[in-house]
Amino acid sequence: MSEAPAIEANELVKVFDKGKVRALSGVSISVERGSVLGLLGPNGAGKTTVVRILSTVLAPDSGWASILGHDVVKEASKVRQLIGLAGQYATVDENLTGRENLVMVGRLTHLNRATVRSRADELLESFELTDAASRPLKTYSGGMRRRLDLAAALVGRPPVMFLDEPTTGLDPQSRQDLWSIIEGLVKVGTTVLLTTQYLEEADRLADRVVVVDHGRVIAEGTPGELKADLGTTVVEVTFGDSSIADDASTLLQGLSTRPILHEGAALELTVEDGPRVAIEVLRTLDAAGIAVGGLALREPSLDDVFLTLTGHKSDDSATTAAAAAKGAVVG
Amino acid sequence: MTTSEVIGSSGRIRWMLSDVVTVTWRNLLGFLRIPEALFFSTLHPVMFVLLFRYVFGGAIHVEGTAYVDYLMPGIFVQTVCFGAVATSIGLAEDLQKGLIERFRALPMARIAVLGGRTSADLVRNVFVVAIMTGVGYLVGFRIGTNAALFLVGALLLLVFAYSLSWGFSVVGLSAPNSETAQVMSFPLLFPLTFASSAFVPVSSMPGWLQAFAAHQPVSLVVDAARSLMLGGAYHSTSAELQALAWCVGLLAVLVPLGVWRYRRTA
Ligand SMILES: Nc1ncnc2c1ncn2[C@@H]1O[C@H](COP(=O)(O)OP(=O)(O)OP(=O)(O)O)[C@@H](O)[C@H]1O
Ligand SMILES: [Mg+2]
Repeated sequence: MSEAPAIEANELVKVFDKGKVRALSGVSISVERGSVLGLLGPNGAGKTTVVRILSTVLAPDSGWASILGHDVVKEASKVRQLIGLAGQYATVDENLTGRENLVMVGRLTHLNRATVRSRADELLESFELTDAASRPLKTYSGGMRRRLDLAAALVGRPPVMFLDEPTTGLDPQSRQDLWSIIEGLVKVGTTVLLTTQYLEEADRLADRVVVVDHGRVIAEGTPGELKADLGTTVVEVTFGDSSIADDASTLLQGLSTRPILHEGAALELTVEDGPRVAIEVLRTLDAAGIAVGGLALREPSLDDVFLTLTGHKSDDSATTAAAAAKGAVVG
Repeated sequence: MTTSEVIGSSGRIRWMLSDVVTVTWRNLLGFLRIPEALFFSTLHPVMFVLLFRYVFGGAIHVEGTAYVDYLMPGIFVQTVCFGAVATSIGLAEDLQKGLIERFRALPMARIAVLGGRTSADLVRNVFVVAIMTGVGYLVGFRIGTNAALFLVGALLLLVFAYSLSWGFSVVGLSAPNSETAQVMSFPLLFPLTFASSAFVPVSSMPGWLQAFAAHQPVSLVVDAARSLMLGGAYHSTSAELQALAWCVGLLAVLVPLGVWRYRRTA
């Protein structure tokens, strides 16, 4: 038997509400065995829809997908034995205890009682839930629920894991812990598809990244390749008003590796060497007698990826980014 | 990972049963974890018994027996029918909380989610009928036939409610949330349980209503339960057979309907 990829999707299309919402318009991905794919995209891009189709929860309208060579529609029951799913929202039973939740999933995966019990204990231990194991889920915090949800997806030791925004809503420490757990899975050969809105997360965990927007793949590559496309730092400069920014934009054009983004009274330059360019910016503007309201350096964000790839900011985050930029220049 | 290739159809059936048992266990634990709900949902039918026995009972006259004897089989049926609403609420809740999504990605039998829900609700109905029988005894109810026939009557009405549970699973899977599932269920149940022979003889109703009330399944199941539990003037082989036919017919229609609705639920 030839080695099929762990996950393969070909031209997946999915529409909702009788064609009114086009969630996916032809998404193709391929994930090698034992590797981690980061599916990156803004709200509403179609990440969850891809995960639901690949995990047999939802059937595509057209296109096909397979897990380790098995079709997700025609061989759904076979596929279900090969996958673990931790959905975007923790799907746990509020009335059961942590251990009972794991036992339920283990029994429904058709493991024998002894195996279920030992796996449950093992997972509770590694997710630091042993103390809370006998408490109903109702008493768990959001982060604990998230961890239990992930543990539940692992009970069957599936060779392919789907994690839909696994770290959203976790504190920085829990996020680090979860990252280590995912790295541990990869060490034992598990193939992982994880969705995220954070470039940093994809950067840390993923071997390859696929960026989706409006139900289409708009870029793919290793995190390094994507970042190389982006330049490494963003320099934000703000001025008294938009016309001053206009003048400054002409002066600074040569310093940015790509066209300067002009938003209101603010400019954004994408550069390789942030600090050096920042000094250069101040010198140039000072010499021209233009007053600078504020200056900030930051790492490229997912928004910058979208900006670069699509020429527009992701719809939801445009306002928050603008608000953040405003906050940064005060004082 | 390749066990499915080795197991035959007997293994499949074993898995299916094991999945139904697991989901039933999970739902029963759910009942126990909210004792308040269990307590009040049991208290509710007990209040009904007391209400009809002592408040309305004096004004209702039935032939051939004390009203409390007439009442109990009727109120058993009414109670277990309302128990079927729990099926729709429970499924709507699982859907809302995303649990069904998790179940769908597991290699479990498709039928187990509904099978486990309806079975748990059946177990709860058994418990409630047992409590009500005790309360009935305290307020003067006496079995007119014998214990074995009484149990056959109880079994009949429990199977009837079980078939209704499958019907209400469709309501639960179609409702946007559990509150709506509940309010969607009542308009279906009120006419069936109250425009029936459960509390008053059908002959006391206006003519147009009698036509419906005398032939609808709840009345037939109530009549069959009276036949089996009271006997005497209430003995009716025809009601017993018709009630049995309804149970079989409803199961044959509602189980596939529930499974169909579940498959369509995204
Ligand atoms: N069941 C559904 N019914 C109708 N529309 C849906 C449904 N599920 C998803 N959509 C729509 O499909 C599009 C893609 O949704 P999806 O949940 O896949 O996005 P996402 O990338 O996971 O977003 P997020 O980051 O917010 O989780 C959105 O426009 C969404 O509104
Ligand atoms: Mg999502």
